[in-house]
Amino acid sequence: MSKAAEIEIASVSKIYGNTTAVHAISLKIPAGSYCCLLGPSGCGKTSTLRMIAGHESVSGGDILLGNKNVTDLAPAERGTAMMFQSYALFPHLDLVDNVAFSMKMKGVDKETRRAKALDMLKLMQLEPYASRRPAQLSGGQQQRVALARALITDPEALLLDEPLSALDPFLKIRMRAELKKLQTSLGITFVHVTHSQEEAMALADIIVVMNDGRIEQAAAPRTVFERPATAFVARFMGDHNVISGRATSSTPSGLSLTVLAGGTFSAPACGIPEGGPVDLAIRTDRVQIGKAAQDGLGFTGSVSNIEYRGSSVKLTATGAGIEEFTAIISDREFFEQPIKVGEAIQLSWDAGDVIVLGKAQ
Amino acid sequence: MATVRFIGVGESKPKRNIRISPKLAAYLQAAPLTVILGVFLALPLLMILVVSFWDYDFAQMYPDFLTMNYVETLGSWVTWKTYLNTLKFAVLVWAITLFIGFWVAYFLAFHIRTTAMQMVLFLVCTVPFLTSNIIRMISWIPVLGRNGLINSGLVNSGLVSEPVEWLLYSDFAVVLAMVHLYTLFMVTPIFNTLMRIDKSLVEAARDAGATSWQVLTNVIIPLAKPGMAIGTIFVVTLVMADFSTVQVMSGGQSASVALMMKNQMSLLQYPAAAANAVVLLILVLSMVAGILRIVDIRKEL
Repeated sequence: MSKAAEIEIASVSKIYGNTTAVHAISLKIPAGSYCCLLGPSGCGKTSTLRMIAGHESVSGGDILLGNKNVTDLAPAERGTAMMFQSYALFPHLDLVDNVAFSMKMKGVDKETRRAKALDMLKLMQLEPYASRRPAQLSGGQQQRVALARALITDPEALLLDEPLSALDPFLKIRMRAELKKLQTSLGITFVHVTHSQEEAMALADIIVVMNDGRIEQAAAPRTVFERPATAFVARFMGDHNVISGRATSSTPSGLSLTVLAGGTFSAPACGIPEGGPVDLAIRTDRVQIGKAAQDGLGFTGSVSNIEYRGSSVKLTATGAGIEEFTAIISDREFFEQPIKVGEAIQLSWDAGDVIVLGKAQ
Repeated sequence: MATVRFIGVGESKPKRNIRISPKLAAYLQAAPLTVILGVFLALPLLMILVVSFWDYDFAQMYPDFLTMNYVETLGSWVTWKTYLNTLKFAVLVWAITLFIGFWVAYFLAFHIRTTAMQMVLFLVCTVPFLTSNIIRMISWIPVLGRNGLINSGLVNSGLVSEPVEWLLYSDFAVVLAMVHLYTLFMVTPIFNTLMRIDKSLVEAARDAGATSWQVLTNVIIPLAKPGMAIGTIFVVTLVMADFSTVQVMSGGQSASVALMMKNQMSLLQYPAAAANAVVLLILVLSMVAGILRIVDIRKEL
């Protein structure tokens, strides 16, 4: 339908008065990929999206869209289209006029623009509602109208600001699949802002995890989950235990880390000097009950909470200076030897499951 | 097992049997408003309607059923001229207050960033309302008069050789004073509707390539229509019923329907004034009905 464009952000920053919302970030989003900007509220992800869209001025740096510098262009001249969080449909216009709005602004005559808008509504399976006002539609239908309105400008990149946050959980999953299907069939670049790591993992080709106006990690979902770059990413993606401590010995064969007033753990070698702070991540589903095969790959703690989740059981333990350490145990394994809250338990993991986390740039 | 019991709880009290049927209860709940509206609105209107058919002479009214008052009112060329004059004031004042009111409200809603500042500036708009209508009106006289501020300024600066006569005691003065008195009635409802416009709609329009002017004509003005309609109803009804402004500011040289009624009443021609009032009421109600047909204000209420 249209060509996709690569988006390049070159040390772009956003400063509001004395506060810096975005700290000189650089990012390359390949043409035709689905990119999710992920992070907690106030991390600068929406500001970044709005700067790409042109609704927010850039305090420093450049934004390139398909090798064209768009930093100072108006939103409509960039070749991007934005879908707003609450959809921002015009309440006084029917669906056809909502979708045809951008053509009306360009001065396309009424017959042509209404016919084109109707075609787009057909594509979105909204034809029966063409003469309705947005308020008479359900959330999912409103979202499709917003998509139709954005796509009718034939954009090279579609920017979505928390598009699924207004929907109920069931519809969220359905619309998520529709978005992915749409992106695949159109082949244009999608940039999607979300605070849900589940949504990002389900949709994205690249996940950009942001925190405090900085990019913590930008990589494929699998990389982000399996090799989180920083403690923040490991915690935010969930399903990871983070152990923080200081390196007591650092040799080419391995690293030894001591938690303040707690146990000592071993990790693969990395360039961290002795005495320096280190964070380790261990996936909760890779933790087993039982004695560690080797010193430093486990600890003994007391169970502080047990949650039954059907196919698995979530155990939370405290010990060796670690306040909360979670293990996901399969239900079969758990019920063979049930454990009660308060009991002592030995938890261990394989050497290959230890990830050394770095600091954000 | 021991039973714990609080004193006074559970002991059945002799129940008084006052039962109100749900139907009666509903009527009782609606009664206070019905009484107030009945006594202060419906009854006076009914009395005016009844009196408008009575006969009168220089001293007294006689209960009767005559259409004479209406025939005299509608058959007189003076009445038609007065109505036309009043409508002229209404149209002029409406157009000017709508223009000023919209831009003041637009500035407050879209160009002032903090809500606190918006509220402060809005309250500043209402400050003139702390003084009475009459005082605000009369205070124009030293400004516009033959030896007033403007004329003496113009004469002293040599722009004109003689004081400008049409500044005071003219239709210009009447319209100026009415605009001054009634603009806030336009600002308030428009400001209210503009404040409810989601700012992301403006961004969505810009994203679709709209210029500032297109945003205004395609998004903001259509969404502000209900507020404009409410403001229009306020201003039109106020201007149609005005007699003091017309009397003071025109110096008795211009007339309005309400002023005509006031004069009839001072001559004790109550039935004639009542007939006039009924005609004016029908005219104003049909104007309001017309406005409501054009703009749907239900979502504003």
